[in-house]
Amino acid sequence: MIVESASGRWEPVIGIEVHVELETKSKMFCGCTVDTEAEPNTNVCPVCLALPGALPVINERAIEWIARIGLALGCTVTPDTVFSRKNYFYADIPKGYQISQFDLPVCADGHLDIEVDGVASRVGIERAHMEEDTAKSQHAGDGGRIHTATSTLVDFNRAGVPLVEIVSRPDMHTGAQARAYAQALRQVVLALDVSDAKLEEGSMRFDANVSVRPEGEPELGTKVEVKNMNSFRSLERAVDHEISRQIAHIESGGTVIQETRHWDEADGRTHGMRTKEGSSDYRYFTEPDLPPMHLDEDWVAPIRAALPELPEARAARYRQMGLEAGAADVLAPASPRARELFESAVGAGGDPRQVANWLVQDVTAWLRKADTDLEATPLSAGHLVELGRLVDDGKLSSSAAVMVLGHVLAGDGAPAGVAEANDLIQISDAGALESAIDEIIAANPEEWERYVGGEQKLTGFFVGQVMRVTQGKADPKLVSQILRDKA
Amino acid sequence: MSAADLSIGGARAALDAGDLSAVELADAVLDRASATEAQLHAYLLIDHEGARAAAVAADEAIAAGTAGPLTGIPIALKDNMVTEGVETTCASQILAGWEPPYDGTAVAKLKQSGAVIVGKTNLDEFAMGSSTENSAFGTSRNPWDTDRVPGGSSGGSAVSVAVGSALGAFGSDTGGSIRQPAALTGTVGFKPTYGLVSRYGLIAFASSLDQIGPFARDVDDALTLFEAVAGHDPMDSTSWDGAVPDARPTLDAGPEGLRVGVVEEMNGEGADPQVLARYREVLSALESAGATLVDVSMPSIAHPVSTYYLIAPAEASANLARFDGIRYGHRADGETVEELMARTRGEGFGPEVIRRILLGTYALSAGYYDAFYGQAQKVRTLAIQDFERAYEQVDVIAAPTSPTTAFKIGERSENPLAMYLSDVFTIPSNLSGHPAISVPAGTDDAGLPIGFQLLAPALGEPVLFRAAKAVESLMGVSARPRLEEVAG
Repeated sequence: MIVESASGRWEPVIGIEVHVELETKSKMFCGCTVDTEAEPNTNVCPVCLALPGALPVINERAIEWIARIGLALGCTVTPDTVFSRKNYFYADIPKGYQISQFDLPVCADGHLDIEVDGVASRVGIERAHMEEDTAKSQHAGDGGRIHTATSTLVDFNRAGVPLVEIVSRPDMHTGAQARAYAQALRQVVLALDVSDAKLEEGSMRFDANVSVRPEGEPELGTKVEVKNMNSFRSLERAVDHEISRQIAHIESGGTVIQETRHWDEADGRTHGMRTKEGSSDYRYFTEPDLPPMHLDEDWVAPIRAALPELPEARAARYRQMGLEAGAADVLAPASPRARELFESAVGAGGDPRQVANWLVQDVTAWLRKADTDLEATPLSAGHLVELGRLVDDGKLSSSAAVMVLGHVLAGDGAPAGVAEANDLIQISDAGALESAIDEIIAANPEEWERYVGGEQKLTGFFVGQVMRVTQGKADPKLVSQILRDKA
Repeated sequence: MSAADLSIGGARAALDAGDLSAVELADAVLDRASATEAQLHAYLLIDHEGARAAAVAADEAIAAGTAGPLTGIPIALKDNMVTEGVETTCASQILAGWEPPYDGTAVAKLKQSGAVIVGKTNLDEFAMGSSTENSAFGTSRNPWDTDRVPGGSSGGSAVSVAVGSALGAFGSDTGGSIRQPAALTGTVGFKPTYGLVSRYGLIAFASSLDQIGPFARDVDDALTLFEAVAGHDPMDSTSWDGAVPDARPTLDAGPEGLRVGVVEEMNGEGADPQVLARYREVLSALESAGATLVDVSMPSIAHPVSTYYLIAPAEASANLARFDGIRYGHRADGETVEELMARTRGEGFGPEVIRRILLGTYALSAGYYDAFYGQAQKVRTLAIQDFERAYEQVDVIAAPTSPTTAFKIGERSENPLAMYLSDVFTIPSNLSGHPAISVPAGTDDAGLPIGFQLLAPALGEPVLFRAAKAVESLMGVSARPRLEEVAG
């Protein structure tokens, strides 16, 4: 948490603002379809184009969804809340103001627990408020860069898409914590099924407020807003870079100024944007076109009751079922289908660790290689239980089990049939193995002498020889047993 | 007498009896417009083709027996009401040439009812003004004296009804923009309870104050027009979602037993002596006819104009931000987006609009919000409470509509404060959201109309119309301006 430098010890302080586009059917204040990938300016109407005379109407589903997010983050839902106008001019703000919230956000005072290198910490959530997204500007001509563009085109498909802004408290101190927070938040959003939260497509975006102060100093340093990070890795790098930059700047006699800086992934630095005199004044006032919202406990209770199990709680439950922390953390936020297979297989008698390891490692690897989704395969919970029983009965080696799993995923059939068809069943018949072992002993009398004499490491030699002649089908445990009996 | 001089009720009877066709009526009205427009300039646009087509359709509906109260009735619309495919400008250069792709809810309802829309009437730019002198396309003139203003901002609509270039008209009232021009032109002007008529498709001036309402030649017609456009609209979240109160059953119940509030703070102080005299005369007439006059005090409405001129411009500064040259309307060139927007707005808006945007921007600015906008909202809340207390004692409140009769063109245009004071008696009901109506109460010595205003509590339309009809019966329907002086 403390950065030591030539001049002393510094405490970086980080707060994160996250914007999440909700995947509701229609926009925040009109009936237009939410589909930002559609042909430009096809999902537009008088309301989201801000034609004269048009008025907003609240999408109640979006309010339910932000409450879902807030409740999942332990927030209080504000019983009497209002929308406000945030006034500023830009080509992608059709009304010349954004309908947002100011002093009465829908959700306030929550938290999110994170863990970095085994150290847990709690990040406070100051608020989550509802607003609308802006249109998208495209700078055309001369490489599409803003300063050299010959023209700018505006696509209003995104204008008015429901947007939730989640503001953390300044409770983080490293880039790794910032990253862990953003990742954990994304998992929550995905678990709630309210957004696809795709970083690269901008349906989840984050800005970091970074400041540094001397260790022990109660006042916060001047904060710098860092933007333009579109991966978790770049968030971590940008925050760490900005911390170093501010410390170095102060140490060289400079003063940190309040500004917005853009992260440049290519050169790994943040760059100051053209700063304007004074701070922007958004002249917030209560939106007169929308009535206040009354979100009382009667409204909140069913939403709270319907919250799904969240990744954090699920991971804890999986650990209690005997999963290693690693597998639990991967499986808990995994796709619903993977979790469903896991839970049904375990319910039907499968071994939790074995089933989890197959799903987290082998199935995942196979899917990646085959470039397909779990949903596209015929793998069932029954298959996983059957496979486990074959291993437990000594009919499949663990490596053969993985091969069988691949065949099942490929649609070749159920585990037992696939194992038979591909000649993968272990030889578990002591009689059949005994004659093979006898031949090997006869061919290697010297080694046998040493083994009988107590040289245990030769077990591997004999097992290996047996596996070779049986083409891998011998049950190695049984072979060892026979060897011990003979010695 | 021309068909253009009929009341809506009279025209309805003639149309239904087959004594008059909708096409004849439309032609009479269009002829009247041709004769008067050069002098009066009530209209920014007359839709001859659209009006004739609607009249033909209306005749068919009448023949088929499917006519409603407004089928075939020629109506004028203030040009801040959005009409599909018909240029809508708000009397501003910034919207010149804009043809909306949709109809506002009130317009759609009128079309559905079979009304014949004659055209779009002149107004003060973006409904900001009390005289129509702020129109970017020329001032409308008062048919009672063409050297004088017709009032505003809905001046064009008022004139069209006064001279018969429409049988009824719609305007919008944010601080008196229906009632004041009605008073100055001898017509009935009604501002409904906030939320009873959808604002969807009304180009916003001040969202929490704006309300669409009718102009008519008598109280019956005003009610008919109101009924055609009132009702819940899911497209307007501030629209009232209960039933529209029905004013018909008690319309003719008369003044007997009505408790009429006379407010100390709205008692005509500062008003022209003739306006005051006429106001008192109407009060006496009501009393003689069986109404009871009750003195009430409403200290919080003592300074309505200053409260209004913080709230309305603040909302307007945001409402008018969308006119940026990006998507529609006037666009100036610029090297950057900022420059393009700034030039577009500088060129497109007139001086009064710019003045109010600046006022509103200032009132909302950090450091000033609490002292100005925040304080004004508190006063507004107190004013509403004052009204509510008053309505515990009275059924309606009486007040002059305008402190003066029609003033001369140019008389106040250099003095914004004097102009703002035109609305001192009308603003309180915009702040409270309550209904109010101006009915003609005769003329002054110079022959200029005087209006008498009645106010009622929220959803108090039945008692308001009953009282208005009583005043009309006592005072007589207003005389009409002498057409020979305004016809070209």
